[in-house]
Amino acid sequence: MPPSIQVEELTRRFGSFTAVDRISFEVAQGEIFGFLGANGAGKTTAIRILCGLLSPTSGRAAVAGYDIARQTDQVKRRIGYMSQRFSLYDDLTVEENILFYGGIYGLKFKDLRVKSDQLLERLSLGELRKSFIRDLPLGWKQKLAFSVALLHQPAIVFLDEPTGGVDPITRRQFWEMIYETADAGTTVFVTTHYMDEAEYCNRVSIMVDGRIAAMDTPGGLKASFQAGSIDEVFVRLVRPAAGS
Amino acid sequence: MAAIVAERLEKRYGTVQALRGVSLEVAEGECFGLIGPDGAGKTSLIRILATLLLPDQGRAELLGLDAVKDFRKLRLMLGYMPGRFSLYQDLSVEENLWLFARLFGTRVDTHYDLIRDIYVQLEPFKTRRAGALSGGMKQKLALCCALIHRPEILLLDEPTTGVDAVSRREFWEMLGRLRRHGITILVSTPYMDEAGRCDRVALIQEGQLLRVDTPQAIVDGYPWPLYAIGAPQMHHLLPVLRAYPHARSVFPFGESLHYADTRPGDHQPELQAYLLEAGFPDVQIRPAQAGIEDCFMDLQRTQADQLLT
Repeated sequence: MPPSIQVEELTRRFGSFTAVDRISFEVAQGEIFGFLGANGAGKTTAIRILCGLLSPTSGRAAVAGYDIARQTDQVKRRIGYMSQRFSLYDDLTVEENILFYGGIYGLKFKDLRVKSDQLLERLSLGELRKSFIRDLPLGWKQKLAFSVALLHQPAIVFLDEPTGGVDPITRRQFWEMIYETADAGTTVFVTTHYMDEAEYCNRVSIMVDGRIAAMDTPGGLKASFQAGSIDEVFVRLVRPAAGS
Repeated sequence: MAAIVAERLEKRYGTVQALRGVSLEVAEGECFGLIGPDGAGKTSLIRILATLLLPDQGRAELLGLDAVKDFRKLRLMLGYMPGRFSLYQDLSVEENLWLFARLFGTRVDTHYDLIRDIYVQLEPFKTRRAGALSGGMKQKLALCCALIHRPEILLLDEPTTGVDAVSRREFWEMLGRLRRHGITILVSTPYMDEAGRCDRVALIQEGQLLRVDTPQAIVDGYPWPLYAIGAPQMHHLLPVLRAYPHARSVFPFGESLHYADTRPGDHQPELQAYLLEAGFPDVQIRPAQAGIEDCFMDLQRTQADQLLT
């Protein structure tokens, strides 16, 4: 099976600043890949490149088998994306958001109706279909946004801090959805500031100053750093001086 | 005397009940944490205490002054750092600081000792526009501006949200040093692991305080026997454990699951046997110490049950 994401020596400079500095990695199909790093380490830039929103300065990357620089449109059709800051439109209803996003992702209206009903039932949101998104609790909103990002059955879904500020029970329900998604074969590429969530990933990479400073399974990282938790590994990599 | 007293505060926005009768007291010099997710009511409570929002019901007193009637006097005694960066993006670092000093009728050097630790890290960028600073630097500047008039109470609304794990740690170290100056600190956060940094915390959800106590007393009060259960395929274990008749709750916790049993006593061998039968031979079960997050989720569930009945 070809890798879901393949990145080789990917680099992005803004003027004299190198935001992403020759990173290379592969993510397997159906893998949950945790993409960690300090603020400003280059995570967002890397994600924007992988989603086809920003071109790399050098290096190459393939997402779902398509080159991100030359086959951007094919890439965009095969990925889903949600983030904490931007997910759904507050002044559209639950149902309008589903139809709107489904339409953008190129689903036919007839199929979309069916999918929308199934989705609302699965999330027990049927009664709220005519409610505005702004009236939904954050946790529900995030679960819905995730489901909407999966409507067109993408090969890969990018989740940028999907659980920020969400209550602890909903945060865990969200991760159960992530597991189901990965079990069904979709690759999950996720960032988070919650270090316990790093433990739920199959593999984790930690970015420091534009480079991937470490990448392994959570267990492997803890073993090679002789650390009790991913939090400890993170602190040691990000602030070597403070950790010693 | 308590530095902050809130009595039965209520606040509603249209159909949303943001605060449902919140009462609390914060002692002088205390570092008090307000812990809960987005939408729990943290910002409404802090803004009422900061004299920036009027409560619908109830009252608040800070330093013996009424938050509504005495707001002018109070504002000189309070430092407030809002959740969203709200300094002047077009002014430089030092211009922002001068402006805040002047607004509060003081000068930057008068209370410089209070902010020295923090400001030295900003000094190399003092002529840079605030809008062009990194997230961590903006946060440090905002803290300096909130402190420039040497307030007696510092109100911080989610200073560590969206900040990486290392910067969060550094921010709490800064607060630790500020405490030595005797400032009362009320700080809100959605990160449960930050509770341990506070003298006392209030757990807040749906506009209600679930518990107010020291972090230690809260975790000591966790009512159920709790086990950490580790297995190679953890998420397959979840539904199996949830189906166990005596399960109170099962939640993923980093590298293991936290399983709470509804019965007192030790049930380890019995659990092991149940899981073996269900096809999980390699599970490690060990008694676990509840953390703030375990407590929060348990109280959250109790609250939800009560709201239903």
